[in-house]
Amino acid sequence: MTEKPRVALFVTCLVDLFRPSVGFAAVKLLEDAGCTVEVPRLQSCCGQPAYNSGDRHSAQAIARTVIAAFAGFDYVVAPSGSCAGMIKVHYPVLFADDPSTADQARELAGRTYELISFLVDVMKVERVTARYDGVATYHDSCSGLRELGVKAQPRRLLASVAGLTLKEMRDCEVCCGFGGTFAVKYADISDKIVGEKTDNIRASGADTLLAGDMGCLLNMAGKLERDGDPTKVRHVAEVLAGVAGPALGEPGDGA
Amino acid sequence: MKATSRAFKANARHALGDPNLQRAMVNLRTGFAERRAHAVAQLPEWEELREQAVAIKKDALAHLDFYLEAFEQKVIANGGQVHWCRDAAEANETVLAICRRLGAKTVTKGKSMIGEEIGINDHLAANGVTPVETDLGEYIIQIRHEPPSHIIAPAVHLVKEQIAQSFRETHRDLDPARPLMDSRQMCDEARAVLRPRFLAADVGITGANFLVAETGSSIIVTNEGNGDLTQTLPKAHIVLASLEKVVPTLEDATTILRLLARSATGQEFSSYTTVSTGPRRRDDADGPGEYHVVLLDNGRSALLGGEFEDMLRCIRCAACLNHCPVYRAIGGQSYGWVYPGPMGSVLTPSLIGIEAAGNLPNASTFCGQCESVCPMKIPLPKMMRHWREREFQRHLPPPAYRLGLAAWAFFARRPALYRLVADVGARVLGVIGRGRGRFRALPLAAGWTQTRDMPAPEGRSFMSLWVERQSQRKPR
Ligand code: SF4
Repeated sequence: MTEKPRVALFVTCLVDLFRPSVGFAAVKLLEDAGCTVEVPRLQSCCGQPAYNSGDRHSAQAIARTVIAAFAGFDYVVAPSGSCAGMIKVHYPVLFADDPSTADQARELAGRTYELISFLVDVMKVERVTARYDGVATYHDSCSGLRELGVKAQPRRLLASVAGLTLKEMRDCEVCCGFGGTFAVKYADISDKIVGEKTDNIRASGADTLLAGDMGCLLNMAGKLERDGDPTKVRHVAEVLAGVAGPALGEPGDGA
Repeated sequence: MKATSRAFKANARHALGDPNLQRAMVNLRTGFAERRAHAVAQLPEWEELREQAVAIKKDALAHLDFYLEAFEQKVIANGGQVHWCRDAAEANETVLAICRRLGAKTVTKGKSMIGEEIGINDHLAANGVTPVETDLGEYIIQIRHEPPSHIIAPAVHLVKEQIAQSFRETHRDLDPARPLMDSRQMCDEARAVLRPRFLAADVGITGANFLVAETGSSIIVTNEGNGDLTQTLPKAHIVLASLEKVVPTLEDATTILRLLARSATGQEFSSYTTVSTGPRRRDDADGPGEYHVVLLDNGRSALLGGEFEDMLRCIRCAACLNHCPVYRAIGGQSYGWVYPGPMGSVLTPSLIGIEAAGNLPNASTFCGQCESVCPMKIPLPKMMRHWREREFQRHLPPPAYRLGLAAWAFFARRPALYRLVADVGARVLGVIGRGRGRFRALPLAAGWTQTRDMPAPEGRSFMSLWVERQSQRKPR
């Protein structure tokens, strides 16, 4: 038997702060798939807010801490297409003017993955053992979809969840209007875009909305709640791992 | 055209509250995006074609001076003339001088974004020459005194009731009781009004989708055939074109044409593709007496060799507009200048300056849809980010925003400190939000919480919980 791959979990700042259950779901899924999971303590954020605000210098400084924290692992896995895409696609570009760091960035990029695509494409996971009684619809978050090709993998694993039916919504590949700081800086445009998204969610007839990125989930959940819509919102990893705490925005007793 | 890009936010707010515009924008999806998807799916060699087209334009841009000079020589050999114009003022003067020499009173115009860019209509009108738009969409916005909202469908932000009303107000000599319900009737009416003006025009102005170096030809595509009448009937045909429109050969132009119509409207080919090569020859049945190409730079050559050079591959198909969630929410006029949507958000700051156009590259979610549909594979989000970087270097973002970003980055780049703050922050927010499960108002995110709740954190940071569980897992 070959040795278990050593996987470092990149928690992502939103999961760390808002929804630890997603982190634990990710750990469970990775362990079930045969990985040894470690969580380097000195991690904060991937630096995307700085990068996308044009603050290249801060983005580089943050990226350097990420490169250092995740050195030496077989794989780095994040429960987010956006953060994984930042490391995998943008870090090498970010250090275009610094060849030695660019080499390290490329090396890190080569072993960094978004969680669900890692499970399916690398660990060859074909099914999970979870159960979820409900009708779900899945929103394809932009970076995961367009930068990393995350599309079939979550649907494939969701198909193996007992009790779950997947109903596709119209325009599942269209942006939810989050866009990081965009949602605050251009709040009314963002609201219009997410409003169209939640219309499509409602029209799908699903009782649960799933996606693979906390930013999008917070945005869509926030809109649904404000509209008094009972649709439950969860990160796809929670359902695949069979974690069943309160959905996003539902009152809970705290973790 | 005078830019209102600075007022982008106010423009957008206005557009979001305009029920007609919101109704009109719904058509954009079925009318353009869905048709494009269908057309692309029908063509197995789509990706290959994109690669070829990109290679053609890269070559053309790498040897731009060579191809432009070759083009000019051919135009001259065909009996025409090329006018090299550095900026809008030079181009406007050139066009006016031709009109004056020919004693022109009326000028018919095919659709031309360069015409909008240099503001040719206003310039001609101010100097006693009447411009008449012949493209239906352009005609509609001309009689409404509005700027275009889309680069191939300038009146796409209007619903037909608005158009009918404008027709009634403008065509006063027609029977006020006439029916004007559907687009067929309006199209017929515009045709009837425009027909005599084609015949009366002294000069015809068109844009160009391509300039062909090999033959000295200009090519335009239209769906109404108005371009043909505009350029064959008058004494002179003036082509307004920016310099990056040149391609080496006719073959190259046809390769890119296969991408253009599919990307733009989902057609395999536009209804009319018109190739103009010089003025009327002795044996020709018709054609203009003179053929002029007004070749505009207006800041484009400065993009060569820099981080925005890829933008010069743009063929103005508008696929990036049609698929942009922001454009679809607010329409094109909110962007405040000639070129809206993602392509405009990159191009406009290059042409009118980042101070005036700073909002545009920022007003994007970076969803990447534009780049994925762009037939010319232009990395639009990457170039918007380049603009944000330039803006940031020049301290143009508002101080509060920069301060917030700097404070956050201070902790994010110091993971040990960050941990302390995040662990405490998660607890505090968790305690406050726990009861309801969400916040209805939050400082610093007022824009968000005006229309959306903010789900409350679970109450502990993942990292602190993880450390706890690890110590329970392996007791020391
Ligand atoms: S940027 Fe690309 S998609 Fe947009 S108009 Fe230009 S060619 Fe078309």
